[in-house]
Amino acid sequence: MTVQLDAPRTTAPIARRPLEPRRRGFGWGFIVKLALLALVNAVGITVILAAWRTEAWVILIASIVLLVIVDAVYLAKRALPLKYLLPGLSFLLIFQIFTLGYTGYVAFTNYGSGHAGSMEQAVEAALIQGEQRVEGAATYPLAIVQRGDELGFAIVDDGGVRVGSELEPLSEAGGASLDDDRPVDVPGWEVLPRAAVLSDPELQERVVNLRVAVSDDPEDGSIRTRDGTSGSIYSSTLSWDEQAMTISDSETGLVYAADDRGNFVAQDGSRLAAGWYVPVGFDNFVRAFTDTALAAPLFEVTLWTFAFAILTVLSSFGLGLLFAIIYNDPRVRARKLLRTLFILPYAFPAFMSALLWRGMLNSEFGVINDLFFFGADINWLGDPFLAKFAVLWVNLWLSFPYWFLVCTGALQALPGETLEAATIDGAGPWRRFRSIILPLLLVSTAPLAIASFAFNFNNFTIIYMLTGGGPAFPSSSSGLGSTDILISAIYQISGVAGGTADYGLASALSIIVFIVIGVISALAFRQTRKLEEYQ
Amino acid sequence: MRKHVAMGAAVAASALLLAGCSSPAAETPEESTGSAGEIVIWTDAEREAAITAAAEEFEAETGATVTLVQKNFEDLRNDFIAQVPTGEGPDITVGAHDWLGALVTAGVVDTIDLGERAADFEQVAIDAMTYEGQLYALPYSLETIALLQNTALVGDEAPATWDDMIASGLAAGTERPFVINTNGESGDGYTMYGLQTSFGAPVFVQDDSGSYTTEVGMGGAQGEAFAQWLAENGTAGTGYLSTTVDYDINNELFNSGQAPYTIQGPWAISAFPDVDVAVNPIPSAGGETAAPFVGVQGFFLSSQSDNALLATDFLVNHLATDDAQRALYEADPRIPALTVLADEVASDPIIAGFLASAQGGVPMPSIPEMGSVWDFWNAAEAQIINGADPVTTWNQMITDLEAALAG
Repeated sequence: MTVQLDAPRTTAPIARRPLEPRRRGFGWGFIVKLALLALVNAVGITVILAAWRTEAWVILIASIVLLVIVDAVYLAKRALPLKYLLPGLSFLLIFQIFTLGYTGYVAFTNYGSGHAGSMEQAVEAALIQGEQRVEGAATYPLAIVQRGDELGFAIVDDGGVRVGSELEPLSEAGGASLDDDRPVDVPGWEVLPRAAVLSDPELQERVVNLRVAVSDDPEDGSIRTRDGTSGSIYSSTLSWDEQAMTISDSETGLVYAADDRGNFVAQDGSRLAAGWYVPVGFDNFVRAFTDTALAAPLFEVTLWTFAFAILTVLSSFGLGLLFAIIYNDPRVRARKLLRTLFILPYAFPAFMSALLWRGMLNSEFGVINDLFFFGADINWLGDPFLAKFAVLWVNLWLSFPYWFLVCTGALQALPGETLEAATIDGAGPWRRFRSIILPLLLVSTAPLAIASFAFNFNNFTIIYMLTGGGPAFPSSSSGLGSTDILISAIYQISGVAGGTADYGLASALSIIVFIVIGVISALAFRQTRKLEEYQ
Repeated sequence: MRKHVAMGAAVAASALLLAGCSSPAAETPEESTGSAGEIVIWTDAEREAAITAAAEEFEAETGATVTLVQKNFEDLRNDFIAQVPTGEGPDITVGAHDWLGALVTAGVVDTIDLGERAADFEQVAIDAMTYEGQLYALPYSLETIALLQNTALVGDEAPATWDDMIASGLAAGTERPFVINTNGESGDGYTMYGLQTSFGAPVFVQDDSGSYTTEVGMGGAQGEAFAQWLAENGTAGTGYLSTTVDYDINNELFNSGQAPYTIQGPWAISAFPDVDVAVNPIPSAGGETAAPFVGVQGFFLSSQSDNALLATDFLVNHLATDDAQRALYEADPRIPALTVLADEVASDPIIAGFLASAQGGVPMPSIPEMGSVWDFWNAAEAQIINGADPVTTWNQMITDLEAALAG
């Protein structure tokens, strides 16, 4: 890579140095390398500092480890192969392994709506939700005051100024002066300028969290400010006990204790709105198979997913191959033009085509019924069976050009002399196709067929755009429909569209789908090796 | 030995580079005192311009920076819930009131205090943004659906009942007397809701204070009567309701004069350039008043904001002013939630029509349970319109829904 790398490994005596021009350690290459490394280090350290600041420990540790490895690899002489592998490996780690690992992690939690943050945040939310402005309380002009390290509020009440802090309730401040209804000078206190408060997030947080008692009686509530210019009396009935991990409500007497499902639950079963996410082990996986509301429709969806993926690959491969053979015959005229026309659906964005077909298949206004079925009222998208057929049909229309393209290429690569020899041996067209063309073709196309199967297994676009998974199963509490495939079912279950999300369950299902596709692909690729032996 | 030299050089170079990068950043705050405060606001494209105007004035006054991040409106809720707990979320987001339940249970929104200013907003807007007695957002616009009629075909007089409307629609001699969007095969309970409430079958039962409980209110004789009515007017009946009609087809039929009546929201008005539209309240089909859903949009404050004081100051003292609200209205005309402004713009008969409809409407439930309702509800309506047995389908839907809510 650089001069330094090419240097011989021997520890040569210093005396020989001037004789060896290649051993000039700090050549241009080294300087470039140094600059690049410095850049990487600078970026890395910035990321590490940012992660430190936002307390993202996983990112922090991962970036430190990566940075140390990068420096070690590029500055050490020994790790030559790693110098080339490292960039690729880092990207693999960041973009593939991390995503997979994170999905795996979410699958074992109850992350979703109602369990979106940490316990600390849930407590904070509960306290926010429990603190209310006292009914009928006035709004007072307010200034933020400071005495040493102690923050306080000065409010204007009936023309007089009252001042207090967290430690002492409000009391009359003699000799305070007002300007434009706002305290500007409070004896014994320093009035903080508004700009100073607003420009300092730490100070803002202290001000937002500051409660100044109105009087010695806590029942009277306390002053708080929301915008730094006015204050009002608030009272809260909820209090957080960090030792016992409970939130108690002084008004109802209920004590909400943290349970292991990420909720604050009281004895009588009532619970606070906000929860946090906790590890739930294999619950999500178990639910996918045992929840009666979910298991039956999911089973039906799984069957249809396999049928959809297999039938799509078979039908589009068959049709593509048929057309490829026909239009590969030298007797066909204008072959180039025809081939171009065939490829058109493939060049069209799939989601546009799906929307277009949705319109064309409309039973009342669509052209399909009008033109081909004499205006009959065939409800293509509303009948479970016809909707499945429509999905397959549209997907066939979308994907056969791909196979047409692939098969045309593969056909033209077939050895002409083998076919000629077969013809001389007296083989008919069918025999030639079955015994020579197809097996040879499959060697190059079978891996693509497996890839196409995996793609269609997760072909969300066509389902979502054409039928939206509908028509819905007549009776199920899952919201799934007869054309839903696993991936669209997962989208539905994740609840992203409806607003009540269950990311844990959706992640668990994604992992199951990932395993299914992985196993099928592995088995299928093993099978294709047998095809190659045919050669 | 040389390795050490190389290492040392690398460290020195990194340090230099780091110093080079960080020193100007460290100097900036000293140069312009009090500019460190920054608030991030998520908005959609329509509202961006208007917020920019309010932000400029705020920036000039406080020296803070307001950063607007534009997103799709549909993505805002989930992104907000996902990103606020990680500390990556905004300080303020635009949103709809029916997200409240989800936002509150996720613990990502802070309450806001409008003080005496709250009385200047339409009551329905403040109610909608209130959840369990706490106000969570600054409301700014209302939206609802209403009956739209083609004045050239049926005049601008509001039909009192469904039968009156059909009779007048038939008299107009168009292809269909009435058209309504069912979102294709998916069903559209939202658009149909005004007709449903006229049978006295609300989606959830409301308690005395007007808050929604989690008790499903669509069951029983009233719900069955509505299901029966759906079937009578569905494919197997009169055919006035049809799952072949989606949003675009609905608007096309109305705009081309093939149907004199439709039920739509203000967002569809721009799709009717060829029609002289009159906006009226939805007629009653079941005898009671038709009460469509009212949606309220507003600005939510993040519970994890680092600049809570600054963000609240912006919301309460700058965005809630008459001028800022007017700018929002002009950027994207929706019925204003600020009463003064609503009265001001009611001189436009179309806005006045939707305002009248909103005043007879009910807030869309903001409890988290509402998120589970749509799929079942929409699907059942589509099935009944397509000819499924109304009563059993409807009751099955109620059973499934109650099971889903319990689980």
